[in-house]
Amino acid sequence: MGKILEINGPLVKLELPQTVIGEQVRVGRLGLVGEVIGRDGDTALAQLYEDTAGLRPGEVAEGLGWPLSVELGPGLLGAIFDGVQRPLQAVWEQSGDRIARGVAVPALPRDTRWHFVPDPARQAGSALIGGDVLGSVQETASIRHRILTPPLLKGELLELAPEGDYTVEEAIGRVKLADGRIEKLQLFHRWPVRTPRPFRQRDHAVAPLITGQRILDTFYPLLKGGKAAIPGPFGAGKTMLQQQIARWCNAEIVIYVGCGERGNELTDVLESMPLLTDPHTGRPLMERTLLVANTSNMPVVAREASIYVGITIAEYFRDQGYDVVMVADSTSRWAEALREVAGRLGQMPVEEGYPAYLGSRLAAFYERAGRVETCAGDHGSVTLIGAVSPPGGDFSEPVTSHTKEIIQTFWALSKELADARHYPAVDWLESFSGYVGSAAKWWAQHVDPNWERDRAEALDLLAASEELQRIVNLVGVEALSSEQRWTLEAAGLIKEGLLQQAATDEVDSFASPEKQYALLAALLEIYRHGQKLVKLGAPARRLIQMPLLAQARRWKSQHSSDDLAALQAKIAAIPDAFEPLLQEYALAPSTTREATP
Amino acid sequence: MKNIEFRTATSAQGGLVVMGGVPGVAAGSRVQLRDHAGRIRSGLVIRASDDAVLVEVFEGTDELDLERTWVRFLDEPFKLPLSRDIMGRVFNGSGLPRDGRPPIISADRRDINGEPLNPAARAYPREFIQTGISAIDGMNSLTRGQKLPIFSGGGLPHNRVAAQIVRQAKLLGEEAAEFVVVFAAFGASHADARFFQESFEESGVLNKVVMFLNLADEPVIERLLTPRAALTAAEYLAFDLDHHVLVVMTDMTAYAEALREVAVLRGDVPARKGYPGYLYSDLAELYERAGRIKNRRGSITMIPVLSMPSDDITHPIPDLTGYITEGQIVLGRELANQGVYPPVTVLPSLSRLMKDGVGKNFTREDHPHVASQLFASYAKALEVRGLAAIIGAEELSDADRRTLQFADAFERRFIGQGEDEDRSVHETLNLAWDLLSMLPPESLIRVSEDELAKYHKGTA
Ligand SMILES: Nc1ncnc2c1ncn2[C@@H]1O[C@H](COP(=O)(O)OP(=O)(O)OP(=O)(O)O)[C@@H](O)[C@H]1O
Ligand SMILES: [Mg+2]
Repeated sequence: MGKILEINGPLVKLELPQTVIGEQVRVGRLGLVGEVIGRDGDTALAQLYEDTAGLRPGEVAEGLGWPLSVELGPGLLGAIFDGVQRPLQAVWEQSGDRIARGVAVPALPRDTRWHFVPDPARQAGSALIGGDVLGSVQETASIRHRILTPPLLKGELLELAPEGDYTVEEAIGRVKLADGRIEKLQLFHRWPVRTPRPFRQRDHAVAPLITGQRILDTFYPLLKGGKAAIPGPFGAGKTMLQQQIARWCNAEIVIYVGCGERGNELTDVLESMPLLTDPHTGRPLMERTLLVANTSNMPVVAREASIYVGITIAEYFRDQGYDVVMVADSTSRWAEALREVAGRLGQMPVEEGYPAYLGSRLAAFYERAGRVETCAGDHGSVTLIGAVSPPGGDFSEPVTSHTKEIIQTFWALSKELADARHYPAVDWLESFSGYVGSAAKWWAQHVDPNWERDRAEALDLLAASEELQRIVNLVGVEALSSEQRWTLEAAGLIKEGLLQQAATDEVDSFASPEKQYALLAALLEIYRHGQKLVKLGAPARRLIQMPLLAQARRWKSQHSSDDLAALQAKIAAIPDAFEPLLQEYALAPSTTREATP
Repeated sequence: MKNIEFRTATSAQGGLVVMGGVPGVAAGSRVQLRDHAGRIRSGLVIRASDDAVLVEVFEGTDELDLERTWVRFLDEPFKLPLSRDIMGRVFNGSGLPRDGRPPIISADRRDINGEPLNPAARAYPREFIQTGISAIDGMNSLTRGQKLPIFSGGGLPHNRVAAQIVRQAKLLGEEAAEFVVVFAAFGASHADARFFQESFEESGVLNKVVMFLNLADEPVIERLLTPRAALTAAEYLAFDLDHHVLVVMTDMTAYAEALREVAVLRGDVPARKGYPGYLYSDLAELYERAGRIKNRRGSITMIPVLSMPSDDITHPIPDLTGYITEGQIVLGRELANQGVYPPVTVLPSLSRLMKDGVGKNFTREDHPHVASQLFASYAKALEVRGLAAIIGAEELSDADRRTLQFADAFERRFIGQGEDEDRSVHETLNLAWDLLSMLPPESLIRVSEDELAKYHKGTA
C-alpha cells in the first residue's frame, strides 16, 4: 500500500515502491484510477483518468498489477464506452446523468448469457496457441463473434465446453501450459491497450473501402487496411464525413471514437444508427457498431487513452477475420492531451508546445492499421481514419503536417467550399490518395474498365477549370474562348452533379460504385459531346443554355443506387439532346460540300 | 480544518501564495486569506503536498505581508447556494448578491465546476426555436439545447442582437416565450450591463432573469468563476425545476484573457498566442454544459458572445470556440457599415443542428433546400460582385446583373430587418422565395422541381 504525496492537476505523486511504468493505480478514498508514467526511487508519478479535486496528500494509493487493458469478448457491439472502457449506458443507469467519480462497472456485462458453439476442430488433447478460434457466439444477427484463444497463450487443450449458454466469466475450457499450470478459458480475455495485438504477417491491401461518397471512392480512394486523415477547420465537415463513412462503408465492424469532441455528436450516432440499415447486409447499423466516447468536457488523460482503447478493440475484431473501420474524431484532441501531460511533466516543448515525441506517437498509432494474416490464418483488416483539427485551419501546424507524412489518403476539407455549402467540402486539388493504382484494378474488374481513365479525365477537367477561373476573376468570362467556357461549364457540372453529395439527401446519401461510375461517365459524356460541337464551331453559349445541363445536375438526387435502370435510360438519351446542335454544325459547309459534289 | 487559521505563508508572488506545513489539504479546495488590514481575499488550492500548498489568490497578492497573513482552508470547492429565490436576482462572479438584497440561504449548495454529463444521458436537440430573425431562422437556425455563439467585433451590435434573440425566442406554435434567462457578463462595461438590464426590464422579463456580473473594473480571476456560477444556476433551473433556460454569456474573450493571465502566473506552457494548451478543454467544460437530458423536461440553450480580436476568426478564442460549439453566428463590419442590421455575415455562419431541426415535421418541407439554395446563390452572387468590381458592372451579362440585384435585395431585405421586427419562420421562407424568384429557375438546383413549381414566382 502506498500513499499520495502531491496533487497537481491530473498528475499525482505517490509513494509506491515496486511499481512499474504503465501500471494501473487506484488512488484516494474515492478510488480514482490512473496509470504510472514516471518513477524515481520509491516515488511514482501517475496520471489519473478522473478529476483530482478533493484528493489529499496522505490518502492511500495502490498498484493494481496490470497496465491499462480492455475486456474483449461478446457484449462489445452496440455499446458505448468511455475513454477507459467504462460502459456508459450501464454507468448512467447506476450513477445518473452526471459521470460520478470512482464508479467501477465492468466493461462487459457479467450476467448476460451468450450461446456458445464450440469449434468442432478443437478436440481435447490438441495443441492450442494464441489467436486460435475456440468457437463462436452469434452476438448480433449480422455478426458472429469468434471466441479467440488469448494471444501469447500456448498449451494443450484439456477440455472445451459443449454448446450452451455461458456468461463471459464462466469457464468454457481449460488449457495446460508448458510449465504445467492449468489455465481457465473464458468467453473474454484482456489485452493491454498500448501493445499492438500480434498477427502472423502483414498482407497487401487489395480492396477499396466503399464509403458511398463519390469524392472519396471515385477520386481519392482508401483501401481496407489503409490509413487516411481528414484535416479541416471547424465546421468544414470532418464529423459529418466520418459519420457518413461509419454509416455506409462496406466494413463489417465500425468503431467510432469521439475523442475530445461534442457530446451531442455521440448522441446523434447513438440515436440514428439503430434506425438506419446497412446497405450491404440490410441489418440495423448499430449491430456492427460500437462507440468510444471521451467528450471534450471529460478528463483529459482518459482522452489520451481513448484512441488506444478503440484501436485495440479494432484489432480484436480484425483477429476474428473481420474488416474493421475505426474513425477517430479528433486526433488533434488526442495530441493536445499528450501536450497537456507533457507540459505538466515539464518536458521540453518543441513546436507549439507539443513534445518532441508527437510524430513518433502518431506514427506508432497509425501503424496499427493494416490488413493482416491473423494468428489463426484468416485475413482481417483495420482501416484507420483520423480527423485532424488544425488551429485556424492552418495545415502547416504540427499535428496535420506529421499526420500527412504517415497516411496514404488525405481528404483535405476546405473552408471556402464549406462556406458555400459545397458538401462534402473535400478539396479536389489539395487531397491525394496513394491507393489509386490498387483501387483501379478493383474498379476495372467489378465496375468498369474505363474507371481509371475517366477519373483522370474528370480531375484534369477540374484542374483546368481552376486555371480558367483565375483568368475570369481578373478579366471576366468574355475573355475566354468557347472551348474554355465549355471547360468551365463542364467542371461546374462535375462539381454540382457529381462531387456535391449532401449527407442529408436521402436518395443520394449513399451511392453504390455502380451509381458513382454511371454519373461520372454520363457527365463526361456530356462534356465530350459539347467539346466536339465547340470544335465544330458551336458557341459555348448555345451549349450552356441546354436544359440538359440543369437536368443532369439533379440526376444524383433523383435516382437511388437501387434505381439505376431509370438513370441509365436518361444517360442513353444524352446523344439525342445534342442531336439538333449536331445537325446544325456538323453540316457545316466545308464537309458537306465535299460529300455532295 | 475549516476553522484553523494558518500563518505559514512562505512566499507570495504574482497571485500565488505558497503555504508551508499544512498537511492534508484537499486539491481544489477554497481558501480564505485575511491580510494585515483585515481584508478577506479568496483563493483556490492548485497544488497540494504535505510540505507546500500552492494557493491562487483571486484578488492578487499585492501588499501581502507574509508575517501578517492568516489563511483558512475551507475544505470544499467553490459552491453556489441554490433555491427558487435566485430568480430575478443579481449576483457577482462568485455568487454573492450585488443587488443589495440578502444572500440566498439554502442547504442545496453545488460545486460550480459541475460534473461532465454522461453522453449516454443526453437527448439530441431537435426542437426549432424561432428567433424572429431571418438570417438565423432561415439559414442558421437555433434549436433547444444548442450552443450557438455570436462572433463579433468591437463596435458591432452583438449586444442588440443577443437582446433581440432573448426577447423574441420561442418555440413554434408557442404564444409567448417559455424561457427563463441566465445572463452572465464578465469583463463587460457598466454600459453593456445596463443595456441588458434595461432591455430585460422593457420586455418585462426581469423577474425571469438571473444575472451574474463581473464588470471590467472588477477582479480578473473572478471571471473564471462567473460563467461557472451562472451555468450552475442554469443547470439547477433546467434540470431540477424543469425550465427551458437561455444562457447569454458575454464576453468570452475577456474570459479567455483572464485564463491566460492566470496560466502565465502558474508558469503553464503556452500553445498559441500565449494561451495555454488547455484553453480548448477549459472552454469545452463551459460550453458542453448546454444541452438536453433524457427524461428531463428542461433544457439549456446557450448564446455566448465573443469579440474576435482584430476581427480575426482564426484567433485562438473564436477558433477554439468554433471547434466546440454547434455553429456560430458571425457579425460583419462590412454589412454594419452599410447600415444593415443585424449584420449577419451568412457564409461563415453555421448552425450544425439545423439539419435535424427544420423541414417537414418541424418548420416547412422546403426549409432545408431553401436555406441551401440561399447559401449557394448568395455565394455565387458575391463572386459576381467581386468580378463587377474589377471589370465594371457595365461589362456584366444580363444574367450576372440579375444576380447582383439578388445579392443587394438579399442583404437589404432578408438579412436586414428591424430591431423590433419579429418575423415568423413562414414569413422568412416566403421572403426567401420572393428573392429567389429574381433568379431563373434553372439556376436553382438545390431546391426540388416540385418546390420550384410551388413557390418560384417565375414558373407559376
Ligand atoms: N456531407 C455533408 N452533407 C451535408 N451537410 C454537411 C456535410 N458535411 C458537413 N455538413 C454541414 O456542415 C456542418 C458542420 O459539419 P461538421 O460538424 O462535420 O464539421 P467539423 O469539421 O467536424 O467541425 P468541428 O471541427 O468543429 O467538429 C454540419 O452540421 C452540416 O450542417
Ligand atoms: Mg467535428
